[in-house]
Amino acid sequence: MSREIFETQIIRVFRVGGLVVFFAAAAFPFYWMIVSSFKPLEELLLHPENLGLDLRSLDFTSYRQVLLKHGFFRYIANSLYVSLMTVAVSVSLGTLGGYAVTRLRFPGKGIFSAGVLLVYMLPAIVLVVPLYVIFTHLGLRDSLHVLVLVYVAQTLPVSVYMLKNHFQALPPEIEYAGMVDGCSRAGVIWRVVIPLSAPALASVALYTFMIAWNEFLFAFMFLDTPDKFTLSRGIVQLAGSVHLSKQLVMAASVVVTVPVLILFLFFERQLVRGLTAGALKG
Amino acid sequence: MDMGLKTLQERESRLALYMLAPALVIVLLLVFFPTAWNIWLSLKPVSLEGLRGEGLWNAGLTLRNYQKVLSDPELPGVAATTLAYTVGGSLFSILLGLTAALLVHKEFPGRAFIRGLLISPYIAPIVAVAFTWSFILDPQLGCLNWLGVKTGVLDQPVAFFSARWIQVRLPGFTMPIPLALLSVIFFEGWRYFPFALLFILARLQAIPEDLYRAAAVDGAGPFQRFFHITLPQLRSVLATLFLFRFIWTLNKFDDIFLLTGGEAGTRVLTLKVYDYAFGAFDIGAGSAAAMLLFFILGIFMAGYLRWVTRQEVR
Repeated sequence: MSREIFETQIIRVFRVGGLVVFFAAAAFPFYWMIVSSFKPLEELLLHPENLGLDLRSLDFTSYRQVLLKHGFFRYIANSLYVSLMTVAVSVSLGTLGGYAVTRLRFPGKGIFSAGVLLVYMLPAIVLVVPLYVIFTHLGLRDSLHVLVLVYVAQTLPVSVYMLKNHFQALPPEIEYAGMVDGCSRAGVIWRVVIPLSAPALASVALYTFMIAWNEFLFAFMFLDTPDKFTLSRGIVQLAGSVHLSKQLVMAASVVVTVPVLILFLFFERQLVRGLTAGALKG
Repeated sequence: MDMGLKTLQERESRLALYMLAPALVIVLLLVFFPTAWNIWLSLKPVSLEGLRGEGLWNAGLTLRNYQKVLSDPELPGVAATTLAYTVGGSLFSILLGLTAALLVHKEFPGRAFIRGLLISPYIAPIVAVAFTWSFILDPQLGCLNWLGVKTGVLDQPVAFFSARWIQVRLPGFTMPIPLALLSVIFFEGWRYFPFALLFILARLQAIPEDLYRAAAVDGAGPFQRFFHITLPQLRSVLATLFLFRFIWTLNKFDDIFLLTGGEAGTRVLTLKVYDYAFGAFDIGAGSAAAMLLFFILGIFMAGYLRWVTRQEVR
């Protein structure tokens, strides 16, 4: 047997084994999150080592409790509101900014990239202390709108940067043609640039949605009133306040995870592009 | 004509200003200003109760906060933990990412599905995956923990996220291992390997097939081709990844906060910032600790920028 064949065989064995291991390690926590959310508490206490799930006796108690008793319907609505607002503001301001940086000439264009890099590398914990102080001082801290503003500030640089890269790849001649036909700059952006940028805008929107939906630290520090909690904030509250709450926390975790995974399933290509272009901060 | 061009340019820069202004104002107000103001806070004796008062704006600067942070007897331990966590977490996630990238690089049935699944740890909400892992490894109710006991891998359930040390019996001797720290590093590897996977995969697909064919003609086996072609081609992406992961792991707060709360030998610098500011209600000391983190970060960013500019020159 030649070395080529021998080594190829070894690699094949390792590849199959490796894929199985990675598959199991990546999928198992999600599997367990779902399975344990459908088990009654007694089952988890008595048989913690039972990894299976009896599909004939699914237990929906955890979901009922989380959604109805612990107010998670409200948290879902809050999370949606915060994330969608962040997307709307970040994408529209990012489009304007990205276009300006690409097409228009103005002094001081060069500092732009350095600024993006700085925001990118800035630890959230360094920002959270002064922002907490400022907003507490102003009496504005416990507010979903302030949270949206903070999320917008942190996603905008990446939105501008990603859209700038996209606009640079559009041939300016199309826009000149539009202007010759009598469109203003605003008209060109609205009628020509934005329709041509739908995939890039989708990437930015997905990326921004995910950041806002998943965010924990600022929601945790800023929100005090349970009525205003986002899902992440609500889950931490639930885990800390209810005794023997594992199955509830898992049901709540399924609620917060499933929308993101579904989005990812449908828009994997756009999202991966967003991740690699913007290199999701995390 | 000359005049016309000039006004066009003036008009354009005014328009650009209008278009950029909202974004600029938001980022300046909510990112740059707080960062700068952090310096001011770090030089003042501010407690959490003093936040609503006027004392916030008085001068009366002091270096006491820095003295407090730098002479904290916990600081050397925090520094060591931070270093171990940051280097360990970065390297582990990149190593896993590299392995995963090599595994899914070649076409096979179900590849798109597997690749998508491998990326999911990275995009799921941190709160959900942190609580799931601490549940899985819980000493009382953790399924893997009990499975380990049942199959005889473990003598007894292990408190992965709350035991600082564990004695591991090897043939001949026992060795203490910093368990909670290793567990959070393991979590770091699990959560962030997809980031490395995406970048390495993109680079792998850009390596020209000719290189491999030529090497095969010259008699290089698969292993030799990996070590002499693939790895050298990946060198710069691996270096960039390490830098990014290093900076982001250094900045990381959520993961350790949710998994261990900074207990059991996992108190890194970001957790220390939180402890000062919101645990001990000493905003000034928290800001000073944040400045320390910022300073360390600055060194790495300067190094990165220098490295990037050198690459561009080449």
